[in-house]
Amino acid sequence: MAIALALAVQLAQLALVLLLAPLLTGYVRKLKAHLVGRQGPPLLQPYRELLRLLRKDVVLAESASWLFRAAPYLIFATTWVAAALVPTFAAGLVFSYAADVIAIVALLGAARFMLALAGLDVGTSFGGIGASREMMIASLAEPAMLMVVFTLSLLAGSTQLSSIAAALQAPEVGLRVSLALALVALIMVALAENARIPVDNPATHLELTMVHEAMILEYSGRHLALIEAASYLKLVLYVSLIACVFFPWGIAGPGQGAAAYLAGTGVYIAKLGVAGFALAVFETAIAKMRVFRVSDFLGAALMLGLLAALLLFVTQAT
Amino acid sequence: MALQALLGCVALLLAAAAAGIGLAQRRAATPAIYGVALATSVAALSLALGALLAPPRLAATLALPIGLPWLGAHFRLDALSAFFLVVANLGGAAASLYGLGYGRHEEAPARVLPFFPAFLAAMNLVLVADDAFTFLFSWEFMSLASWALVMAHHRRSGNAAAGYLYLLMASFGTLALILAFGLLAGWSGAYDFAAIRNTSPSMLMGAAVLVLALAGAGSKAGVVPLHVWLPLAHPAAPSHVSALMSGVMTKVAVYGFVRIVFDLVGAPYWWWGALVALAGGITAVMGVLHALMEHDLKRLLAYHTVENIGIIFIGLGLALAFTANEMPAAAALALTAALFHVFNHSVFKSLLFFGAGAVLTATGERDMERLGGLIHRMPQTAFLFLVGSAAISALPPFNGFVSEWLTFQAILLSPALPQWLLKFLVPAIGALLALSAALAAACFVKAFGITFLGRPRSAVAREARETDRWSLAAMCTLAALCLVAGVLPAWFIDALAPVAQALTGSHLPERHGLDWLTIVPIAQSRSSYNGLLLFLLIALAAGLAAAAIHRFASSRLRRAPAWDCGFPDPSPATQYTAGSFSQPIRRVFGTVVFRAREEVHMPAPGALDSASLHVRLRDLLWDALYVPTARVVAFAADRLNAVQFLTIRAYLTLVFGALVALLMVLAVWQ
Amino acid sequence: MIDRLALDIAHLCAGGLVLVSFMLLYQDRLTGLINTFALHALVVSFSVAWQAYIQQAPQLYITAAIALGVKAVIIPLALHRIIVRLGIHRSIEPVVSIGQTMLAGIGLVALAVMVMLPVTAQAGTLAREDLAFALSVILLGLLMMISRRNAVSQVIGFMSIENGLILAATGAKGMPLVVEISVAFSILIALIVIGIFLFRIRERFETVDIHLLHQHRGEQP
Repeated sequence: MAIALALAVQLAQLALVLLLAPLLTGYVRKLKAHLVGRQGPPLLQPYRELLRLLRKDVVLAESASWLFRAAPYLIFATTWVAAALVPTFAAGLVFSYAADVIAIVALLGAARFMLALAGLDVGTSFGGIGASREMMIASLAEPAMLMVVFTLSLLAGSTQLSSIAAALQAPEVGLRVSLALALVALIMVALAENARIPVDNPATHLELTMVHEAMILEYSGRHLALIEAASYLKLVLYVSLIACVFFPWGIAGPGQGAAAYLAGTGVYIAKLGVAGFALAVFETAIAKMRVFRVSDFLGAALMLGLLAALLLFVTQAT
Repeated sequence: MALQALLGCVALLLAAAAAGIGLAQRRAATPAIYGVALATSVAALSLALGALLAPPRLAATLALPIGLPWLGAHFRLDALSAFFLVVANLGGAAASLYGLGYGRHEEAPARVLPFFPAFLAAMNLVLVADDAFTFLFSWEFMSLASWALVMAHHRRSGNAAAGYLYLLMASFGTLALILAFGLLAGWSGAYDFAAIRNTSPSMLMGAAVLVLALAGAGSKAGVVPLHVWLPLAHPAAPSHVSALMSGVMTKVAVYGFVRIVFDLVGAPYWWWGALVALAGGITAVMGVLHALMEHDLKRLLAYHTVENIGIIFIGLGLALAFTANEMPAAAALALTAALFHVFNHSVFKSLLFFGAGAVLTATGERDMERLGGLIHRMPQTAFLFLVGSAAISALPPFNGFVSEWLTFQAILLSPALPQWLLKFLVPAIGALLALSAALAAACFVKAFGITFLGRPRSAVAREARETDRWSLAAMCTLAALCLVAGVLPAWFIDALAPVAQALTGSHLPERHGLDWLTIVPIAQSRSSYNGLLLFLLIALAAGLAAAAIHRFASSRLRRAPAWDCGFPDPSPATQYTAGSFSQPIRRVFGTVVFRAREEVHMPAPGALDSASLHVRLRDLLWDALYVPTARVVAFAADRLNAVQFLTIRAYLTLVFGALVALLMVLAVWQ
Repeated sequence: MIDRLALDIAHLCAGGLVLVSFMLLYQDRLTGLINTFALHALVVSFSVAWQAYIQQAPQLYITAAIALGVKAVIIPLALHRIIVRLGIHRSIEPVVSIGQTMLAGIGLVALAVMVMLPVTAQAGTLAREDLAFALSVILLGLLMMISRRNAVSQVIGFMSIENGLILAATGAKGMPLVVEISVAFSILIALIVIGIFLFRIRERFETVDIHLLHQHRGEQP
């Protein structure tokens, strides 16, 4: 019985992230439009876009191979699984022991690997430029992410997200510079990984500034729908990750009953709202940086991650 | 009994080598020799597996009355040897299977056939040697056999120089090992390992042995800065031999290091761990950065060997540091991670070299800038190479990820170490490891993407044909192993338990009592990973998506020219090349590490000459370390040149003087 | 509980100062640099004020007020005006790239921690931490001075060193008089140094300007 319930919670989470993902993106777009004084697309526009893409034909480039057609499914699947393993409204998910946070990062890495290959598959210069820049950004973002993980595991004694969330809720953790540094570093990584301003611009089709969009330029129809869904999911994943680690309040524990789960869902949606608002404000306020400034930006995130780990030693030694 | 049978296998391989000399000119020789090598390797593999999985209570030993008269030749088969024998013979069997097909394209079989089984035999001998003389003899035999294979195509440009450099570095490594064993044997001159184990050297002596072992075994394994020969020599050999050298011989070198440092020297000091792990971290990053700058497919793979050796040495260094601080569980974790990576790397590196060999046979090209689009012409090879690329890039659910994950878990235990230097150093090494993993993914996007994807960049790439069935069978086996070891790592980690137990006094929690073959380094609440579940979840999610799309979405598909923002260009030259792919990374890292400079020559408006871009990279290590050494040697040789033109009387005087001097030393010493 | 919160906030301030020092290293524009320096001074003054509160040492409030008034408001405003008036080029030329500087900075922080923690083994928790952080801030300030060509950033590096000194002095209890004198003295020094640098800035940038003009006209200088 307990197993069945746990399984149900896990499946509910799988469904929840998938359902909420387009909404979060639509909400951020709407807010950004409002902030610059435009009306903006309707909140549910991303759902419509996905449905429209699913109905359309696929126009496949003549030089595309099987990899190009298989990649969207793999990208979507790995991102979805990764997003479903991050505690959102309930901790102690039944499959959470299958992958700790390092494995989740690696899953995203696998999705990116496939996406970059798909970018190279057709043999156009845009796909190449996107893939090349994406891998450069990832080569700095991943170490920064792992340094954040290092700091968290130092504090919580675990790399399991549920355990980290539980450990950071304890009062003896207190206010810590290291946590603040890790939070900043993680936000910087999240911005880069989700192709947000200032690293990439999710709204642009200006060739020389785009990274993510350049890779998926040749995709259409259902393939594009899957890739778009994966990128919505990735945004939800990072927001959930930040929320679960740094703002772990309101997550329902394992087996706390339906009321706790409902409350947890409510709190989670509220967290998504706050994060989306912060993202929209930040993106409106800041300009995109040159591609080669990104290395400094992510280098700074890496340094912050390292610094967080260093400063933690100071506190723990005393 | 297993030991005797293993030595029998070695004898059989040596006999095959001897037969190879005589028969090499016949057409039937190639399948015969590779067939014998395959059968023998499989036999040795099963023997070694038996010794590893059902270890006898006492390690089997054997002494043969050959070699030095007062010493004899000692052999021993313990858990450590058995594990490395598994790695070596698995690689050997795969290479032999591959060779059955690939060997038919060999233009000079007489230069390959005798040395291939001899190389396999030598590696097996190193792994069972139980005295310094046998060990060094087999080691040198292994070096020479592989050198002969490197020189198989000695007329091709660059190969002779690569062979020369290899010979020099191999001699240097053996010299360091001779000195290390000399120190270990001490005044008594006890050269068998059992006697060495019983003596414990002083701190200074132990440190000297560590440094010498790191230099000796490290130069063979490719630890920076002693790696320079490796990316030249490994690709120069025929591809299945490249796979053996990169996948197996470097592991034999790792075995030498582990044998000396973990088994023979005695208790380590904490800074040994710092030194080894730092060397590993630097090796990992330098290896992958060099690989990113490389456009030669096989040389790129060879540089990745350097990277992976770095990852292995990080694990070994951590194991030393934990052992020195009496944290056996953590030490066992770090050592298991390193050894599992030894296995994993040997599997996927062999696979990748086989793939590169298939490309080489199909197109005659190693330069990625002239390949492309091979996925259409060689779909099976492309798929298998993709599996290898994903595995080496540490992507779940493949095996490379599991061992790197374990290494990270070991790094995460470092805050418990009491020494401040280690506390600070190990997170920095963790950052280096993460950086190298991320860069490796970038590098393999490049290697696979430029070689197999896109449009063909040359006529040979357009005309390529799928490789033969033997080669595909070898690659399939290894690719399946990559997936199995990634999905069911618990089996492999359990098999490593006796090795970790013998060297660190502890081992990882066994899979009994854990659900679903989860692997748990220390405790479940701390971290766990389940490759099988992850794999099933991904398969389920992908299946679900595919089913939903099949059911609800449009399934129509049209072929059309590429969109390319409205400006498609039919010329394949407009694609991204390997050089342009790595340009951002070159700009971020290369300006510091390689002093990378780009020179753009733009013709004046109206001028007809073409524009050009030159990239200049400098290997700072080569300039700082090897060039001055070469200069000193050349200077000394110049000066000593005079000694070659003396009279006979002068030569006799020299000999006489040397004799008297030695006698005087002897007199003074006593 | 309150005690713990007090310690946490002090820790946050000190660590925040190290972070702002890194932000100083990261800046590549003069305006951003000056604003970040104002933040640096703000953090220091808040940290000193907090120390005054938990140590119940009212004289430290004066130090905090001086830091706030002079370094967080007056000096940044003055620098902004100078930049406008002298028409100084707004970007900072690093001698070594920003990434490398930050890497070196991390190394320096590690060094500071490794030096300070064993030495101060018997001191209190907060004092040890403060000393380690203060040494880091000082080293980062020095790093900033040597790794940037721009004279203004050198001045700011110098003043961030001084902030580090204040942090060190307030963290160690029982030397209020020394603190005040040193603060007053260091501000004096800072003002003198700024004055000297101002002349140099003018000289330097005029020569640089001329050099640039030559290049733009395509003449051989």
